[in-house]
Amino acid sequence: MESLMAYVIGILFAAAIYMMLRRSIVKLVIGLIILSNAANLLIFAVSGMTRGAPPLIPEGAAAPLGIIADPLPQALILTAIVIAFGVLAFAVVLIHRAYEVVGNDDLDQMKDTDT
Amino acid sequence: MLFAVLSGFILAMFTPLLQPVAQNKTGWILAILPLSLTLYFASFVPAVSQGEVIYQEWQWLPGMDINLSFMLDGLSLLFALLISFIGVFIFIYAGSYLQGHKSTARFFVIMLAFMASMLGLVLSDNLISLFVFWELTSITSYLLIGFDHEDESARRSALQGLFVTVGGGLALMAGLIMLATVGGSYQLSEILTASDSVLESSLAVGMIICILLGTFTKSAQFPFHFWLPNAMAAPTPVSAYLHSATMVKAGIYLMARLNPAFTEHALWTVSLSLFGAITMFVGAYLAYSATDIKKVLAYSTVMALGTLTMLLGIGTEYALIAFTCFLLAHSLYKAALFMLAGAIDHEIGTKDLTLMGGLRSKMPRTAVITAIAALSLAGMPPLFGFIAKEAMFEAVIGNDSYQALILILALAAAMLVMAIAAVVAIKPFYGELRSTPKKPHEAPLAMLIGPAILAVLSLMFGLLPWVPQNSILSATVNAVSVTPASFSLALWHGFNLPLLLSVIALIGGILLFVFWQKTRPAIGHLTTQASRFGPEAGYFSMMNGITYIASWQTRLLQNGKLGNYMIVMILTTVILVGYTLLSQYGLNVYLNVEGIAFYEFFIVLLMLLATIYAISTRSRLGAVASMGVLGFTVALVFIHFSAPDLGITQVLVETLTVILLVLVLFKLPGFSRYSSRYEVIRDASVAVLMGVLMTLLTLAAIDVQFFETISGFFVESSYPLAKGRNIVNVILVDFRALDTLGEIFVLAIAALGVFSMLKLRAEEK
Amino acid sequence: MDDNKPKIMTFNTLILHTAALFLLPLQLIFSVFLLLRGHDEPGGGFIAGLVASGAFVLYLFAHGVASTREIMRVEPRDLLALGLLLGLAAMFPGMLNGEAFLTAQWWEFSLGDTQVKLSTVLIFDIGVYFAVLGTILTIVMSLTESEE
Repeated sequence: MESLMAYVIGILFAAAIYMMLRRSIVKLVIGLIILSNAANLLIFAVSGMTRGAPPLIPEGAAAPLGIIADPLPQALILTAIVIAFGVLAFAVVLIHRAYEVVGNDDLDQMKDTDT
Repeated sequence: MLFAVLSGFILAMFTPLLQPVAQNKTGWILAILPLSLTLYFASFVPAVSQGEVIYQEWQWLPGMDINLSFMLDGLSLLFALLISFIGVFIFIYAGSYLQGHKSTARFFVIMLAFMASMLGLVLSDNLISLFVFWELTSITSYLLIGFDHEDESARRSALQGLFVTVGGGLALMAGLIMLATVGGSYQLSEILTASDSVLESSLAVGMIICILLGTFTKSAQFPFHFWLPNAMAAPTPVSAYLHSATMVKAGIYLMARLNPAFTEHALWTVSLSLFGAITMFVGAYLAYSATDIKKVLAYSTVMALGTLTMLLGIGTEYALIAFTCFLLAHSLYKAALFMLAGAIDHEIGTKDLTLMGGLRSKMPRTAVITAIAALSLAGMPPLFGFIAKEAMFEAVIGNDSYQALILILALAAAMLVMAIAAVVAIKPFYGELRSTPKKPHEAPLAMLIGPAILAVLSLMFGLLPWVPQNSILSATVNAVSVTPASFSLALWHGFNLPLLLSVIALIGGILLFVFWQKTRPAIGHLTTQASRFGPEAGYFSMMNGITYIASWQTRLLQNGKLGNYMIVMILTTVILVGYTLLSQYGLNVYLNVEGIAFYEFFIVLLMLLATIYAISTRSRLGAVASMGVLGFTVALVFIHFSAPDLGITQVLVETLTVILLVLVLFKLPGFSRYSSRYEVIRDASVAVLMGVLMTLLTLAAIDVQFFETISGFFVESSYPLAKGRNIVNVILVDFRALDTLGEIFVLAIAALGVFSMLKLRAEEK
Repeated sequence: MDDNKPKIMTFNTLILHTAALFLLPLQLIFSVFLLLRGHDEPGGGFIAGLVASGAFVLYLFAHGVASTREIMRVEPRDLLALGLLLGLAAMFPGMLNGEAFLTAQWWEFSLGDTQVKLSTVLIFDIGVYFAVLGTILTIVMSLTESEE
């Protein structure tokens, strides 16, 4: 499964970068969303994907019984998801403000800091 | 002691709540904190005067040898007492001085934090926590100097102080790290006992230069003295505090603290004594040439700081005795004088000495207190300043290197200081009454009580010098010097050379004072001319240079097109990472579909279709919807592959993301096509390159594992150590809680960013 | 080419209106449940905070910002600050015991039959909960308000 995900991740990254390179600011936002998903999947895939063994310790036991999924990348991704939302919200509002000020959604027109 | 330090920060947190309730009484109420701190520190006096050193330690980051450890010996106790004791009057004074000001609460918050960081600085036994507190004083003093932030010159002065001190702080950090590396510990107490290995190391010279850059900038030594007089843009209570017991004394403190380790090194002694002597003279000269009463006092602080540094550099037993006496004397009279100057300014509305006169009848109490404090400044018997000055002369005479030069500078400075003291004490109060912007009247009690008590202390310590000596000063001298010293202070030493020098200084000073009206304009003119080539001019041309270079390289590298930046960054990444990957690992493309269920293929397919639809569609709604599909399939992947927490989080965030996009995105124009065919092909190739790189990288990362992950530890100790059965949550809130703390702060910043962007717009309308 | 724009952010359907009213307390209780069990089962501050903000956002869409503000009684920004302060507060108890800061401290006692486990970890998680809740509500409410 991991090797299959590697290709998916590649495609997601490519799509994200392509969207972020567009001059229309709305597309930039879409690219940002794809990028954060791609990054999360990347961390998830390289640490190994295990089916049906969540990193929980059953009641009464002191340690998990048998092999479980790696909890560390999950902890990293969990915060990454929430932070990505915060950053996305910031970016979206910033873009919206920029659009209002510049009056144009072409990124190449947003060159000056003075407007 | 931890609580003594933290109490200031904690109280600062609640001050905004106190202010509306207590109104004008806030200053009095807040003064209770420094007062209790004074009593707390005073309770250590008996033990410390017996030569005891008190250590207390709290772990902070034990893994990195960084602890909140505190050390209380004679030196830190003297500073701690000065900081908290003078703090009491500063708060009382500030409450009255800022009466009616709209942001008094903000002032007190920063002031408390400032006091607390200064206390932390002088009590720290750990170099890193010392440095943290050091920088905190820089930052809080920046906020205080720029307190009147609507005034452009205040902002500029604040920024100047910050640049100079923080720039020095960087050098200091390098110096301290070198010191810790060589000394083998971050604990000051351990480094000081290992001074041999410090001196013998090849880093010694670099270390001293770095540390001195830090302390010289902080303590306004020549040629960095220019920021200090500008810092009086701050409200007067701040200046009084900053000049007497805090901030600038931090550099002095650190030099004194490290003196036992470096005192054998020639570079240390020579640079301290020479730069100190020059600073002393320059400060006294500039003080003489100024007319603004606060500026006069500010330059006289520069003089005092120079004297202190010079005495440390001379480093003999006498010099260190003089150092401690001078330190105490200066703190007492300088705090008093600044508060008095502020009171005069507050009541008559001008700071210009040439416009003052005859206030004696209007402000009799102020006049008397000023006279006492100024006598101590001038070093006249029977005040404590006299003892300090005598000791200083004694030390200079007993000095071996550069004796003549330093003696001349010291004598000249003493004359000038005598004249300054006379100007400050006599000019405003005697002579004919001048018309002033405000109708003069006596200052309120809150503004006089501090100076009065401090001035009386100057007098009392002068008459009864053994009181401060036995209680604290001998312990201080022992903390600063390598060999134990015993001495006794006295007003009268008999007819000797220091007394003769004092008399010469007195006569010279009186002459200078008498001719102040005539000589001052000429000197002032000369100073203005000279300042064009002075260090402050250097500071400004450096700042201009930085702006110039910045704008030049911006024009060159940053042409404002986001796409170009990204292409440059991505291609750089692809080339560097790709090269490393191929040369170190090689090309290994494989696909292992064994064991993948058909519905897993289906999830992946859905994911890809959603992505491809999102990049090809021209409808925003379609793109947003496909983003939702992508998000939910990712959530499916998480849930299916044993990450329930991630799955839930992803689903919830995805919902919120769609809401966010609906709220904002539809206020923007639809997808527009701006790019030419060439640009599309160029961007697509860059994107594909990046995608291929990421795939190869992922494949390589799956294939090889260089070392054991640390996850094993988390899994094993989750229940036994952290009592949690959800290991992901345990990592988040226990094992890696510091990271999570950082992350919620990031969230907070993002939220406040959004809020302010939208709020700002609301106000514009 | 242009999509149809949603004109107003309050959707005045009766079902949503009523559903939001009933769902809000249920969702909030559920979020607290998720928060408290988070240390042992899937859940925790992040997830619970998201669920709680979801509850308020739903209510906001049904009843508008003003009404949401009314039932919340506090500014979302204050919740955010509360969350950060709780997170910071969890740092210090460890130091009081002379351990490195943020070292977890546990206070266990039994209340009737049940074993109650209180800890700085729980305080920290509650801090995360409020920080997430405050963040999302600050963002969403400022956005909807700027629209009106």
